[in-house]
Amino acid sequence: MAAVGDLQFEEFGNAAATAAENPGATTISIEGPGESPTHQAGLPRGSGGEEDDELLGNDDSDKTELLAGQKKSSPFWTFEYYQTFFDVDTYQVFDRIKGSLLPIPGKNFVRLYIRSNPDLYGPFWICATLVFAIAISGNLSNFLIHLGEKTYHYVPEFRKVSIAATIIYAYAWLVPLALWGFLMWRNSKVMNIVSYSFLEIVCVYGYSLFIYIPTAVLWIIPQKAVRWILVMIALSVSGSVLAMTFWPAVREDNRRIALATIVTIVLLHTLLSVGCLVWSHSCDLPVCLRYKC
Amino acid sequence: MSDLQRLMMEPTDHHAQALFAGLSDISISQDIPVEGEITIPMRSHIREFDSSTLNESVQNTIMRDLKAVGKKFMHVLYPRKSNTLLRDWDLWGPLILCVTLALMLQRSSVDSEKDGGPQFAEVFVIVWFGAVTITLNSKLLGGNISFFQSLCVLGYCILPLTVAMLVCRLVLLAEQGPINFMVRLFVVIVMFTWSIVASTAFLADSQPPNRKALAIYPVFLFYFVISWMILTFTPQ
Repeated sequence: MAAVGDLQFEEFGNAAATAAENPGATTISIEGPGESPTHQAGLPRGSGGEEDDELLGNDDSDKTELLAGQKKSSPFWTFEYYQTFFDVDTYQVFDRIKGSLLPIPGKNFVRLYIRSNPDLYGPFWICATLVFAIAISGNLSNFLIHLGEKTYHYVPEFRKVSIAATIIYAYAWLVPLALWGFLMWRNSKVMNIVSYSFLEIVCVYGYSLFIYIPTAVLWIIPQKAVRWILVMIALSVSGSVLAMTFWPAVREDNRRIALATIVTIVLLHTLLSVGCLVWSHSCDLPVCLRYKC
Repeated sequence: MSDLQRLMMEPTDHHAQALFAGLSDISISQDIPVEGEITIPMRSHIREFDSSTLNESVQNTIMRDLKAVGKKFMHVLYPRKSNTLLRDWDLWGPLILCVTLALMLQRSSVDSEKDGGPQFAEVFVIVWFGAVTITLNSKLLGGNISFFQSLCVLGYCILPLTVAMLVCRLVLLAEQGPINFMVRLFVVIVMFTWSIVASTAFLADSQPPNRKALAIYPVFLFYFVISWMILTFTPQ
């Protein structure tokens, strides 16, 4: 939205003169009210003519920007308020997942994909899928280890689902909360250009966990070397998405605090991934002692 | 003179009088009672509701509900795009199916192993909270289906998986081995796809067109988890 100072009408005497002065700026000529203005969606806007464009409002990108600022206007006790967090289409979710799998150095996940439309669909269902993927793959790998032993009795180990669910959902909500609190506190001390809302942080964390779903499935392979290579790859992809997202937010701060923040983020992520995978693929202690797995 | 006659004899328009000329010699005497029965051809539902569902026998009531549930089972087993499941929703079928499934899936109390299969309460909670979460998800994405209609469809489409559970239980009575497992795997996979196809046939139309995949994926995850619980069931 335009600041108060921008609402002064500037005098544009001669379009040609202003074009000559600022070769970089673009000018738009706006016809009178009787004629239909010939705007197209891709037309670049001049610096001073933005108020006129918004008033006319038949430019699609204008409309979406205008509406995006008015998105969350329902009170929090209505259903519509929560619908604004699920305002994504299928292709948008796929794009965000792709962005979390292929971190491009220099491109910020939040700015590139989320673009002030954070959704809760992705984080919630990715976490749910991850919970079941970890539990099922742990169960399967235990089964395959003891395959062929006559005295082994297969158990479905259903309790792992509840424990995995608690850990993963707690991570996906509490760590973003702590990080957001920390960034707000640092923001009050050091003026940062980039600041994220709580939902955007939850969104980044949720989508960054996607890489662990194929990792958990592939961990069924019983070779130790394969497992550790897989976890290294997943950690580097996921950690780099998080690091590249939060580096611009702490960059202006004290050098040591910035580095400590990024290191903590990556460390917690490592703890979650390695801890969950190792725990779910470990067998029951009495069974282990009996079969020396 | 009756009121009607008085009305006829009033000096109104000549034009009107010419129109109503033939009616002036109709007279309705007051000692002919006007009575009778008016029958309106309406649906049989209304007649049942306004007459005596209280007075009918218990067998009638139960049979009517059982027939409704049975009709919906048939719709799930042969899924076509019809609105019957959505229009006359009821939660009897999902309750029966969920209780049956949970009873068959629970680990036996004799063997109280620490890490066994799910308890009755766990299966029940998974089915019902899973269905509620999927319904909330589809409503938040902008679907125009009501809360209980969606619960009804998701509950009824567990029917193929309950049949798979029964078949697995029977197959497990035979000797264990890889062939046994292959048969069970095949049955569970077939019934899982049947559930997905049935629920998609009923639910897909109510979602906005560019979010159908987002709404169907949780259904897939839900039936996948239930199939996994059925497949890994081992008798103690």
